[in-house]
Amino acid sequence: MVSILDIIGPVMVGPSSSHTAGACRIGLFARGLLGDTPERALVELHGSFARTGQGHGTDRAVVGGLLGFHPDDERLRESLDLAEAAGLAVTFQNTKLRGDHHPNTARITVTRGDREVTVVGSSVGAGRIVITSIDGFPVEITGTLPALIVVAADQPGAVAAVTTTLAKEGGNIATIKVSRRQKGGHAIHIYELDEPVGAQALEALRALPRVQSVRAIERVAT
Amino acid sequence: MIDSLNEAVTLAEKAGCSLGEFALRQEAAEGLRSRAELEAGLQRALDVMRGAVARGLPGDLRSVSGLVGGDAAKLNRPTGPLSGTLFTDVLAGALAVQEVNAAMGVIVAAPTAGGAGVLPGVLLGLAGRGRLADAVVVRGLATAGLIGGVVALRASLSGAEGGCQAETGAAAAMAAGAGVEVLGGSPTVAAHAVALAMQGTLGLVCDPLGGLVEIPCVFRNATGAAIALAAIEMALAGIEFPIPADEVIDTMGEIGRSMDVRYRETAGGGLAATPTGRRLAKERLVQLKRSGK
Repeated sequence: MVSILDIIGPVMVGPSSSHTAGACRIGLFARGLLGDTPERALVELHGSFARTGQGHGTDRAVVGGLLGFHPDDERLRESLDLAEAAGLAVTFQNTKLRGDHHPNTARITVTRGDREVTVVGSSVGAGRIVITSIDGFPVEITGTLPALIVVAADQPGAVAAVTTTLAKEGGNIATIKVSRRQKGGHAIHIYELDEPVGAQALEALRALPRVQSVRAIERVAT
Repeated sequence: MIDSLNEAVTLAEKAGCSLGEFALRQEAAEGLRSRAELEAGLQRALDVMRGAVARGLPGDLRSVSGLVGGDAAKLNRPTGPLSGTLFTDVLAGALAVQEVNAAMGVIVAAPTAGGAGVLPGVLLGLAGRGRLADAVVVRGLATAGLIGGVVALRASLSGAEGGCQAETGAAAAMAAGAGVEVLGGSPTVAAHAVALAMQGTLGLVCDPLGGLVEIPCVFRNATGAAIALAAIEMALAGIEFPIPADEVIDTMGEIGRSMDVRYRETAGGGLAATPTGRRLAKERLVQLKRSGK
């Protein structure tokens, strides 16, 4: 579905929808997953992000996203200075990620206290992104809808328990994906929802016996 | 969304409305967004475009790499044969927006960041000279959105896929149709303007120095806007392009698909691969690394 507003938009800080707006959204997603501004971030840039990222402000865009700025926020330009003020220490590294990755890809590891999250995301054009990995679990998330990221025991009934709880709490599921690193360990469930779920639903989900963690992420893209 | 300009023109002419009005009615009828939401979104885009032109005209900005900036302001000095006319307004507006983009300012990607100068250059130039109401310019943006949507569905709006013809070329086609709309031309005339603009950018490669959206992108937005202006003038004069707009758009897609990867935003060919192009890109990128910016 193409809207007039997809063509006449997005409103964004330049210079490149893929290297700037998309990069910002990958940062926003990592922040969302951590749930707060990170204290430390390792940003590994792959492919064209590594080659031309600096000239495109990809570094500032990712850090802006980690600080919670959206692609149209002029503070993206000063985000490296603002990160310092916010107590966020960022390390950049150019890397060659193993496996098949889109040319515009970043791996971001963020930590706060004892929490750590690693996200791999690609900017696939016109500011659209795809998150391809969370903590080593393969995923496919575009960030255009609010999402629930559930890690649960890889056992029968785990998905049913979550969807039943969501149904009770009135959350409508747009898409579901389940994947795992190995059989019988833990599986990751990605539920993309029409509307974000409330605190009560999150509490109910966290109380489920097979569920290890539940994280809710707002949408980061349009 | 509609994937044929011919179909859109036929339906609009039948309904007795302009192409922009048709685009708004059509999308509102699809039910995902109301007409009020669409108009509010386009008005915001218009406000941002205006802000970007105003920000870029004084000429005090430099791009992140330092390679471009300050050229929009040079068109204020009355030297050339067209100085002080709509034509230089349009060129300056297109340069201004693209200089803001290269300096990490706020712009509207329309259809992309790399081609973001053409539409505001042309539309705001026409709006300023003609004292057009915002509601009219918003309908022009709706027309541009409709045309861009057709190009996205039939060909491409990505330099990495189709070369610069898919970015500044598509932007010129959008601006040409939108220009006819705000000047009161019929849907049929707007479609001829689209075809006239796009035929003039067919084959245009995407060859940015160092892969940065700076050289030639900034200048190419100005020349793209000039092509749009030429197409508007010809179409309003009653000049008809013999190949229908849809077929010209299909041709752009076909050329894009057969374009060597060197000419699709990889900085491997064209101006990026010239001795000077390579030297400038290398010098600037090395300096950026040293300064830690």
